[in-house]
Amino acid sequence: MAGRAFMRALSKPYYVRETMIQMDSIGVGSLVIIILTGGFTGGILALQTSDTLKTFGATGVTGTLVMTSLVREMGPVLASLMIAGRVGSAIAAELGSMVVSEQVDAMRALGTDPIKKLVWPRLFALMIMTPALTLVADIVGAIGGWIVASSLMNVASSVYISSAKDALTYNDIIGGLIKPLVFGFIIAIVSCRAGLRTSGGTVGVGRSTTQAVVLSDILILAADFFLGKIILAFS
Amino acid sequence: MAENNNSAIEFRNVAMSYDERVILEDVSFVVNPGETKIVMGGSGTGKSTILKLVLGLIKPDSGRIFVDGEDVTGHSEKDMVEVRRKLGMVFQDGALFDSLTVYENVGYRLFERGLPEPEIEENVCRMLQFVNLENVMYMMPSELSGGMRRRVGIARALVGNPKLVLFDEPTAGLDPPTARTILELAIKLRDLEGVSSIFVTHRMDDVKQLSSKFATIGDSGEVEFRSEDGNMCLVNTRFIMLRKGKVIFSGTDEELWQSSDPYIKDFLRKS
Repeated sequence: MAGRAFMRALSKPYYVRETMIQMDSIGVGSLVIIILTGGFTGGILALQTSDTLKTFGATGVTGTLVMTSLVREMGPVLASLMIAGRVGSAIAAELGSMVVSEQVDAMRALGTDPIKKLVWPRLFALMIMTPALTLVADIVGAIGGWIVASSLMNVASSVYISSAKDALTYNDIIGGLIKPLVFGFIIAIVSCRAGLRTSGGTVGVGRSTTQAVVLSDILILAADFFLGKIILAFS
Repeated sequence: MAENNNSAIEFRNVAMSYDERVILEDVSFVVNPGETKIVMGGSGTGKSTILKLVLGLIKPDSGRIFVDGEDVTGHSEKDMVEVRRKLGMVFQDGALFDSLTVYENVGYRLFERGLPEPEIEENVCRMLQFVNLENVMYMMPSELSGGMRRRVGIARALVGNPKLVLFDEPTAGLDPPTARTILELAIKLRDLEGVSSIFVTHRMDDVKQLSSKFATIGDSGEVEFRSEDGNMCLVNTRFIMLRKGKVIFSGTDEELWQSSDPYIKDFLRKS
């Protein structure tokens, strides 16, 4: 499906309006849950790491650990899992409902390629918006970690900020954006496939939705392991 | 090798199965230009499959399918886009796009072709007038009744003036007056527009009306519906009946009523 989607994307019409609508729905629509996810993840990372580091008298590196964990792993993975839950399920349910109510057949009968009209805008939007939302999660997480570290764990603000800045390398940042790009691709393909292969009426729509989220989550975690290994090898 | 003929639609020894289940077996029939072919049969006899095969939404296991004289059996999805421009399909429940207004649904084909807005609006208005629904143009499909959704579905199918229209049980589950309105639209298309069509149904009321009524323009310029009397017979409406994926009858309504086949007699009696 991914191959077909990419090949057909090269010919007209391009469905720019549909892509923008999807970007808005995925990006702006997911902003609140991403801010909450990032903020609380940063906060809990700061809480747990500074508590452990206190034993060694090294609370000054709390910022380093929070940023490294956030940018390399927690930001991309948690943001993508949240997007898979919110957006992947919605895509599978929407396309599944269109299939069972014959809207996809009607679309084909009216001369429209459903892969181009339905899959490509979602694929493109997810591949752009997942990295963008991950960036938001990382930034909010860093702020959450700073608030917790400075207010609850008595880590000086300047120490947290300087250790956080020093922790990041270009590899971390690039790796932290490549991962959500791949995760966005996984969510789009898995969810569109589940939706378009729906059969069995409304029960089938429910089944497709569950399948889209579960399979996306598993593939994201598996891909994260292999991508982590590859990125580390290039570091 | 591609082969052409003069039929509107032709099935030649078409067979189709899902998994182990046979849906259609050696189905052959011809729809001539301007003719309405009424496909009858009980549930699960492969009636709707015939329409999906014409549209190329599914492919047969064997046999040949011709649309407007062109062999479309081996056509790719891309090739079928051109063929589908000649076809209009009325789905059983309308299959309107939930997220679009009636105006956007009816004009969908034209929006996709990138036509200018005034031209689209003119076409949509004309088609909504044809189905007597000019006042619902900016409503959403969820705000319409079942009968209105079917009529919007008909309007959508007719945009772009297709030469062939496929009806998939458009009157199923509707009250008699609404069903009659839809049948009259099909009769108008057949008699006044010269459109060829396949009309899938299992309702005897549909069969009786389509085979006995005809549309004509009266002295006042209005469309009038008249019934054929004993002296005349509608030659542009023919029937096939399916049973377990096989064609068990092909002919006119007179031949259908006189059939001695026990299944057909039982079907006509119970429907």
